[in-house]
Amino acid sequence: MNKQVIAAIGVSAIVALSLPAIVSHYALSIAIATLYLAFVGQAWNVMMGFAGQLSLGHALYVGLGAYVSGALFTHLGIAPWLGLWAGVAVAVSCGALIGWLAFRFRVTGVYFAVLTIASAEFTRIGFDHLEWTGGPAGLFLKVAQRDSIDILNLRGPPAMYYYALLLLALATLGLCTWLLKSRVGYYWLAIREDEPAAEALGIPTLRFKMLAVVVSAALTAVAGVFMAFYKNSLFPEQVFDMGRSIEIVLAPIIGGLGTLLGPIVGAIVLTLLGEGTSAALQLAGLELPGMKQVIYGVLLLVTVSFLPNGIWPPISRMLVGPKVRA
Amino acid sequence: MSNTLRISRRTFSHLVAAASGTALLGRPKFARAAGKLKVGVLLPKSGVQALIGQSCDRGAVLAPDVIKQLLGVDIEILSADTESNAETARSRAERLIDEGANVLVGAFDSGHSAAIAQVAEQRGVPFIINIAAAPQITEQGYKYVFRNFPPAPELTKNGLAMIGEVFTAAKVAPKTAVFMYVNDTFGQAMSKGITALMPSLKLPFNVVETISYDVAAKDLLVEVSKAKAAKADFLLLVCRLNDAVILRREMVKQRWAPMGVISPGSPGLYEEQFTKSLGKHANYAISNTVWYNPKNQVTQTVIAAFKKKYPKDEFAFHGANVAFTFDALMIAADAFKRAGSAEPKALVEAIRKTDIAATARVSLGGPIRFNAKGQVEGITSASIQNLDGKPTIVLPSTLAQGKLVFPAPEYKA
Amino acid sequence: MPAADLVVSVVVAGLLTGLVYGLMALGLSVIFGVMRVVNFAHGELMTLAMYATVFACSAFSLDPFVVLVPVALGFFGLGYVLQATVINRFITKPEHVQFLLLLALATILVNAQLMAFGPDARGVQTDYQLDAIELGPLLIDTVRLYAAAAAIVASGLVIAFFRFTLVGKAIRGCADNHLGAKVIGLPVERLYALTFGLGASCVAVAGTLLVLIVEVTPGAGPAYTLLGFVIVIVGGLGSIAGALVGGVLIGMSEGVAGLFVSPSAKSMVSFALLILVLLLRPAGLLGKTA
Repeated sequence: MNKQVIAAIGVSAIVALSLPAIVSHYALSIAIATLYLAFVGQAWNVMMGFAGQLSLGHALYVGLGAYVSGALFTHLGIAPWLGLWAGVAVAVSCGALIGWLAFRFRVTGVYFAVLTIASAEFTRIGFDHLEWTGGPAGLFLKVAQRDSIDILNLRGPPAMYYYALLLLALATLGLCTWLLKSRVGYYWLAIREDEPAAEALGIPTLRFKMLAVVVSAALTAVAGVFMAFYKNSLFPEQVFDMGRSIEIVLAPIIGGLGTLLGPIVGAIVLTLLGEGTSAALQLAGLELPGMKQVIYGVLLLVTVSFLPNGIWPPISRMLVGPKVRA
Repeated sequence: MSNTLRISRRTFSHLVAAASGTALLGRPKFARAAGKLKVGVLLPKSGVQALIGQSCDRGAVLAPDVIKQLLGVDIEILSADTESNAETARSRAERLIDEGANVLVGAFDSGHSAAIAQVAEQRGVPFIINIAAAPQITEQGYKYVFRNFPPAPELTKNGLAMIGEVFTAAKVAPKTAVFMYVNDTFGQAMSKGITALMPSLKLPFNVVETISYDVAAKDLLVEVSKAKAAKADFLLLVCRLNDAVILRREMVKQRWAPMGVISPGSPGLYEEQFTKSLGKHANYAISNTVWYNPKNQVTQTVIAAFKKKYPKDEFAFHGANVAFTFDALMIAADAFKRAGSAEPKALVEAIRKTDIAATARVSLGGPIRFNAKGQVEGITSASIQNLDGKPTIVLPSTLAQGKLVFPAPEYKA
Repeated sequence: MPAADLVVSVVVAGLLTGLVYGLMALGLSVIFGVMRVVNFAHGELMTLAMYATVFACSAFSLDPFVVLVPVALGFFGLGYVLQATVINRFITKPEHVQFLLLLALATILVNAQLMAFGPDARGVQTDYQLDAIELGPLLIDTVRLYAAAAAIVASGLVIAFFRFTLVGKAIRGCADNHLGAKVIGLPVERLYALTFGLGASCVAVAGTLLVLIVEVTPGAGPAYTLLGFVIVIVGGLGSIAGALVGGVLIGMSEGVAGLFVSPSAKSMVSFALLILVLLLRPAGLLGKTA
């Protein structure tokens, strides 16, 4: 890697680490939202970008992680670091079930996507009837004062959440890099590019597709846990909503499917786009409800039409040369 | 390997400079206490709750002039759209505070209000909730969050109790009811409330059938068929606007005409869209809900301002939303006047000592005083019946604008 | 245990409404069956048609059944143009890219509708809207009956088109064998545009009929898109009769489930049905096993 890339990474690192101190509170809340998208986008990317399975119901895993850990905290006082494992376990079981059913019965492509949507909706309605998690009235976590940092119970000022999410996003990046460069990664690539050929070569496709689903579900559930403790209130119709699932997939697709930095780049671009549009409209005095989303949609359309592989691949080619696939 | 496009050092540093836009590096500006209070108003103006959000917003729009007239205080409204989304609500709240808001008002939805409450508490900026029913918001031990709206359990109790008063006033005693509710926060709270409260309130009727339905239901044929088959005297309904319209239409199609349709406090029946879509079939529906007090002078002033600003709108349809939003702003302005400064700690102290008489508020209720949890108690409900295409107060009799009609004319025993 | 006449009236209502939903799903099935395009903006097209109907009816004081034909033609044109200009380039692209394109389209449509029409629910007002026909102890909703009849007629026309006209057969040829169609010189691009136009006009007619029964809001689209997909997968992607059968099945099962189980959980039944079909017979009840 040449000197400029190293310099860029260095500058980004310094900016990222000192962000809470230099930007406004509003910008910090935006940064937290961006990191969340980056984290959850990477998790989704494992299933789709690496293993080629289009899931449009990923809010299911976010919700399960959030609700399980949130409910355990509220009813039994269990700290999030322990509740996390329970949340992950539930999400992984659901993911494994969906995965196994789908792969065993050869449900692929758009059918698989619809299956994932249906599962999320099914769960949403289910949680609407579940008393233990508050039903449609929602689950409210007891909020402690934000003056002190209680990392054990994830109670603290926004800066704490920012660093926690930054750590998670980077750790996930590390994990994905390691996975991708290992044998698992190559099997996944083979399955994504041409599954029948991969099978013919003797790769146990069922097992590795399941692995992708499980890893993806687990990581997404962790994101859910953080969201639960950040937002402190959960409602089934908001948490499992199809809009949430779609939010999750936008960043990796726009950034670059299957790449490592794609989801992160995508998350940053999307957030800046969204907030930038709002700010621009406010300045221009054109604050009609819905205008921002229309512009958002048009920009999305344009991006998909002209940069169908995502934003990151052409940029990365520009920076480090065509041979390295980052 | 070195055939790539090189980014020159100058371009690179320019990029970095451009990327760090000033909007992101802004520092919070505190309003100078030069006699003006900046109020950040957060409401859903787009998304699923847009209709109600825009209705509440009317109260915010006409507030500055009316408040200037009444209290001699200057307030400036900084408006933000929560987009019917809790995350947006949170970040908009942060932004409004960065832009100098001294106090926040909002946000109609419980989830959004909970998110904003956290921001307010964290930043030390007072937050006055106009409309949100989840009880937990004022149970968190917050010091900066205030609410002038009854929590769901109280709303439920008031609404149910008034049913007895309706029957007394009508001199009719229905024995059975079928209870239908939309499966949302309020519906479930009501469902729990009924089982818990029925014995203690000594209500004269029994619920013979309970039917719940999905919020997003496009078709209520099954539910209404089941309800009709229960052959109850009247329909006890907890609904939202869209399903209320679908349900009432279905009732007409299936020729089901019970003694009446009574809601113990949910939105829907008294809203404009209900009357617009159903015409004469919207009449006689009764809602026991929070409302505005037409007898107060301040209400008359607000109504006059409303008529001037929105000549095509009927105040009665927006009354409740406008009343609570206006009152929240009035509380802020009143506190500002007493505190003499917009400094957060002084403002909060002044808000805590708020004491606005029952005759000086637009919304219906006792005096506005905050208890230790930041909650106003004693907000009562009125019985609102759709008469001649307008929601009309029929009870309590001291405030009645029209005569109660129960049972409905098309009912045949 | 609900009374027999209650069960019958619920089943009948489910059948009638299901036919209208089936017509909506038909458009989706045709588009996917021929072009393998996953139209995630399907519900949004329908809500646009519903709005068009509402405004045409109130502006010209016409009945929705009269407005039906111009709306159908208008949306045929819209679909044709959309396909020819925007969507055509995406046919060979991977599914997630198509999905994103149509999602962008859907976002634009939903919010443009919000901007243009406001958040209020809109509906049509007709004289016969609240009528019901009595058949002994049964009360059948007049509007649903008319709508179902119109849906059957429309579907019949579509089926006839594909079976008996030359253009219809050409389109089926394209669907069955894209390369072969090109080889024998069929104007594939134009046929695709025609197909999308046809799909759009099906969904538009369904919208016109549906707005007699429910009211339209800007955000109503996505739920209908999902419903369309559920119906089409249950009935069989690419099968016209399948879309109708699927619609009727979902309509009736939701009604019955609502009656015997809790009404608020009745959508869970359709999803359960979907999952079952996906696992046991992914081609759908009437679909061709690939």
